[in-house]
Amino acid sequence: MESLIIILVGVLSTVAFYLLLSRNIVRVILGTAILSHAAHLMILAMGGLKIGSAPLLGEEAETYVDALPQALILTAIVISFAVTAFILVLAYRAYQELGTDDLEEMRGTDNE
Amino acid sequence: MGINDVILKTVAKAVVLIILTFGIYLFLSGHNSPGGGFVGGLVLASAFVLMFLSYDTETVKDAIPIDFKKLSAFGVLLAVLSGLGPLLFGQNFLAQSFDYFNLPIFGKTEIATVLIFEAGIALTVVGVVVNIILSISEDE
Amino acid sequence: MNNIILIPMILPILAGVLLIFLRTYGRLQAWTSIAVMAVVAAAAVYLLNAIQTDGILRIDFGGWTPPFGISFVADSFAVLLVLTSSVVTVICLLHALVSTDKELVTMYFYPTVLFLIAGINGSFLSGDIFNLFVCFEVMLLSSYILLTLGGSKRQLREAIKYVSINIVSSWFFLIAIAYLYGAVGTLNFAHLSVRVAENGQEPLLTTISIVFLIVFSLKAGLLLYFWLPGSYSSPPVVTSALFGALLTKVGIYAMFRMFTLVFYHEPETTHNIIAVMAVLTLIGGSIGAIAHNDIRQIAAYNVVIAVGFILTGLAIATPDAIEGAIFYLLHDMVVKALLFLLIGTIILLTGTAQIGKMSGIIQNYPILGWSFFIAMLSLAGIPPLSGFVGKVLLSQGAIDSGSYLLLAIALGSSLFVLYSMLKIFKNCFWGETIVSKDDQVPLRRGFLVPCLLLVALTIGIGLGAEGLSAYVSDAADTLLNPQVYIDAVLTEDFQ
Repeated sequence: MESLIIILVGVLSTVAFYLLLSRNIVRVILGTAILSHAAHLMILAMGGLKIGSAPLLGEEAETYVDALPQALILTAIVISFAVTAFILVLAYRAYQELGTDDLEEMRGTDNE
Repeated sequence: MGINDVILKTVAKAVVLIILTFGIYLFLSGHNSPGGGFVGGLVLASAFVLMFLSYDTETVKDAIPIDFKKLSAFGVLLAVLSGLGPLLFGQNFLAQSFDYFNLPIFGKTEIATVLIFEAGIALTVVGVVVNIILSISEDE
Repeated sequence: MNNIILIPMILPILAGVLLIFLRTYGRLQAWTSIAVMAVVAAAAVYLLNAIQTDGILRIDFGGWTPPFGISFVADSFAVLLVLTSSVVTVICLLHALVSTDKELVTMYFYPTVLFLIAGINGSFLSGDIFNLFVCFEVMLLSSYILLTLGGSKRQLREAIKYVSINIVSSWFFLIAIAYLYGAVGTLNFAHLSVRVAENGQEPLLTTISIVFLIVFSLKAGLLLYFWLPGSYSSPPVVTSALFGALLTKVGIYAMFRMFTLVFYHEPETTHNIIAVMAVLTLIGGSIGAIAHNDIRQIAAYNVVIAVGFILTGLAIATPDAIEGAIFYLLHDMVVKALLFLLIGTIILLTGTAQIGKMSGIIQNYPILGWSFFIAMLSLAGIPPLSGFVGKVLLSQGAIDSGSYLLLAIALGSSLFVLYSMLKIFKNCFWGETIVSKDDQVPLRRGFLVPCLLLVALTIGIGLGAEGLSAYVSDAADTLLNPQVYIDAVLTEDFQ
């Protein structure tokens, strides 16, 4: 099962990097969103996909899954949520100011 | 946002109430079963976002006169202060405690200090999410 | 009371949140932030002295002991950096008092600066690697906001590049953390150190360490510095001074922590890679610094050179070299803030950033000119200024370990620093003045006082190196003896 997830992480990363390398800024943002999902899945897989109950007090199960990766992922989700929101607004502002969503045209020069 | 959609508006009136209730349920059940401030806050925020979508931004702002920027700041403040509270009792930063109370309707209920922290998180999340939606949708 | 360790992170956050409610009171916001940062600096001084007597201090959040809970660990190295960054921030905020627009202030400039400092201080103090990641992100998000505040075209353009590159590097960070957790099953620095030492640093772990090296190199601007000149040269004066002085240092700190505490078993691989990267950084930075004619770009490339120089110290890793690197790190925070403030002031006064367009302004602003001269000498490492001590100690370490090539390139880069600074000094300050005495823009005292304070600080660190060296050598000792750190954090059961 872990191997399957790791392959999925690989596929997601490939898609994300393909999008990141494109010139359109909206595609770049989509790329960063997918990238963060790949990382979260990676953390989940690295903790080991064990069969067990949710790590909650009331469950009284024999085995529990590792709670740490889940906590890490929750934190990482919050952070990537904030960053994605920020870059979306930033891209919108940049589009208004610069009149383009093409990264190639955002190169800029020294002399201004 | 001049959408004039009767079905959306009518459904929204009922659904917002359900979403808010569910949000509060998630928030309260947080500390030892699935849920918590972050998830509860997101659900609560989605109710506000639904209102903003189905009605005019101005109408909703008149109905709910809250500055969402300040709401999120207040949330962070509450969370940090709840972390600092235990210092007064000689405990470590962010230390928590809980006790059981007999409440009139609910019976024996566990109330934990982590609830204050979670309330801070929920307010922050509501403030931030609504803020993001508003700042993207503001200038057409 | 170990709770004092919280002050460097919690107090700025608390103050920042409160200031959001005081949006329209610009003056009050400024003075509150200055007062808060002064308190943080005082707490750092207290902590530094407490560490000398009681050893490394630690606080466990919520009473959960390591390796299970989150904790802050204060050793001399971390607290020295907290102290310097707080002092530098106080001085930069004094400059902000006069140089920041009203508009910027109402857009939450001061709260964001405080959050930035909270992130930086939190990164220095955190005792586990995931908390380091979170504090990094707090710092980065604040820096995104500071970079875009003002919203000029150039800022927006550079911000998109800066944010994108940092998202990718954060992704690498997460992936590296996942690998590390999969390989050794812990994230606490001390526990990691124990586990890695137990297993021996296998090729797998070395590979993971190199992923971390890539992450921190991106943040610190070691070899992977292509994003740095653009984004550090576009925002307003105070922001770029804070960026130039503090942001890259956090990456450097993380590298020192990782490669002295956890991955120190295979120096033939990891430290050699760091050495090669440092050399290439020194060369690339030097070329950039002498090639550009925009004074902001020259200053930004000087940041790159300093990163390379400090990391040669980590690559050599003898006690002298580490001590020298720490000295140089402290010196660089002060002097880079000074450099960026001076350059920002020059641009404000002359209205241009191009070397060719200005000339002879020392006749109009003599004190500014001589401050720049001192900054230049300090950057080049002339005694008795602060850059000298670090360079001498680092050279000593290099000679002891026989790394002559590294030494030659590191010292050679100082010449390029001097050359690039002399280019600014000669073209901008000497020669025929371009503005007549009558219509020169008056230099307000508010601009000059922070610069003079930093000048005093760079002279002070240089002259008072003797007093500082006790703390610095304790910091170097802790870095070189991981057991000291481990004993302070973990109980016997986990060692």
